[in-house]
Amino acid sequence: MHVLIPTSLHSYTHRAWVEAGGATLDEMLSDLDRQYPGIRFRMIDEQGRMRPHIRFFINGGQSFDLSHALRPTDQLLIVQALSGG
Amino acid sequence: MARNQKKSNSRAKPAAKKGRRRRAMILVATRKGAWLFHGDSARKTWRADGPHFLGHIINHIMLDPRDGRTLLAAVKTGHLGPTIFRSPDRGRNWKEATRPPAFARAGDGAPGRAVNHTFWLTPGHASEPDVWYAGTSPQGLFRSADGGMSWNPFSYINDDTQFRAWMGTVQDGTPDGPKLHSIIVDPRDPDHLYFAMSGGGVHESVDGGRTFTPLVQGMHVVEGFEATNLAFHDPHCIRLCPSNPDRLYQQNHCGIYRLDRPSRQWVRIGMNMPKQIGDIGFPLALHPRNADTAWVFPMDGSMVWPRTSPGGKPAVYMTRNGGRRWQRQDAGMPAREAWWTVKRQAMAADSGDPVGLYFGTTSGELWGSRSEGTRWHCIARHLPEIYAVETAEPA
Repeated sequence: MHVLIPTSLHSYTHRAWVEAGGATLDEMLSDLDRQYPGIRFRMIDEQGRMRPHIRFFINGGQSFDLSHALRPTDQLLIVQALSGG
Repeated sequence: MARNQKKSNSRAKPAAKKGRRRRAMILVATRKGAWLFHGDSARKTWRADGPHFLGHIINHIMLDPRDGRTLLAAVKTGHLGPTIFRSPDRGRNWKEATRPPAFARAGDGAPGRAVNHTFWLTPGHASEPDVWYAGTSPQGLFRSADGGMSWNPFSYINDDTQFRAWMGTVQDGTPDGPKLHSIIVDPRDPDHLYFAMSGGGVHESVDGGRTFTPLVQGMHVVEGFEATNLAFHDPHCIRLCPSNPDRLYQQNHCGIYRLDRPSRQWVRIGMNMPKQIGDIGFPLALHPRNADTAWVFPMDGSMVWPRTSPGGKPAVYMTRNGGRRWQRQDAGMPAREAWWTVKRQAMAADSGDPVGLYFGTTSGELWGSRSEGTRWHCIARHLPEIYAVETAEPA
């Protein structure tokens, strides 16, 4: 599936759009981490929780559920909500 | 005090650097990146190398004194998870840790903790060249055995019921999170360890972390609270004397202390500070060769705790007799209207002769003294908020 990476994580992917697979959002993030080691921990903490300000939009709809089922044709936008100075 | 077979009987006696041409280095961690200042042998001019990790929050950056080349940096951004970066060549190249400090996964339904940021980095004992320790916020103790590339929870304290009670909750800690800090390795014995928690007290292990015991006798807590409850103890910074590892100094939320082992009783030497200044502050720096000499940076701890220089008149205070008397050192600093704050990791001494002293302010100024504090000068200004200042001698 197509995944849009926020600029704050381009140091891992070196580009905005990447390809990753998985039957769930959790699996897809693990596949991203396999390709780009370390990237998952910057978004998901050690208790399996989404970090604050990291948001996942699947086909335009926001998901807070790592078990959210995915299809190969889905499109995932990972967004980092910037705030503060 | 029990020691195992790894103990060396030799006392640490750092050699004076007088007359020797050594390159000096100041490592500055800020809220928006890290800078490395390279000094000439006289420490008169400094070349800034940076920013490294522009825009990232750097809580601590340390050069490994065991090889003079390896740097570790505790890194996060305001919105991404925390990590560690390692440089094998004094900052020319950086590589991210494969497994940054992270708490163990909690059982089903249990409220597990997540590391918000790594706050403190300590190189291991000289006999263990790849070992590093890290303290985190919320309070956690971690160890790496591969030069800082992978980290595991160290000892039992992160998930121990008693320690968790002493750690309290996020609401009990400092404004940017409760912290485990001041991890100290006895230079004579890799199994003799200290660490401190804000809040949660001071703790010591003589068996390589298998057990830790509290070390808080004599330490004061805020009026009205019970000193027997370690949750109320707030050590800000602890340093072990390089020239006498049986002596420690402590800057606490409630005063300045000295501890001479094997005693377990901290002595409040801050009571000898001028009353109008008080003995509240965060950082503490020690002389590399004279265990009676220490420096503090007092701050206003009145009313709502401004944590700025008392009266807007910044000064370092120095003792040359173990805290019996204190001397104001402010020559070269602004005489008035300078409302500086210096954080607990943001003051350091080098090993030169005379000793060089350095501190960084939250307003982004780096100050130094080549004369053990008798005269100060500004090395850099307009930096981001300074979180930590360390000195090093690169190989």
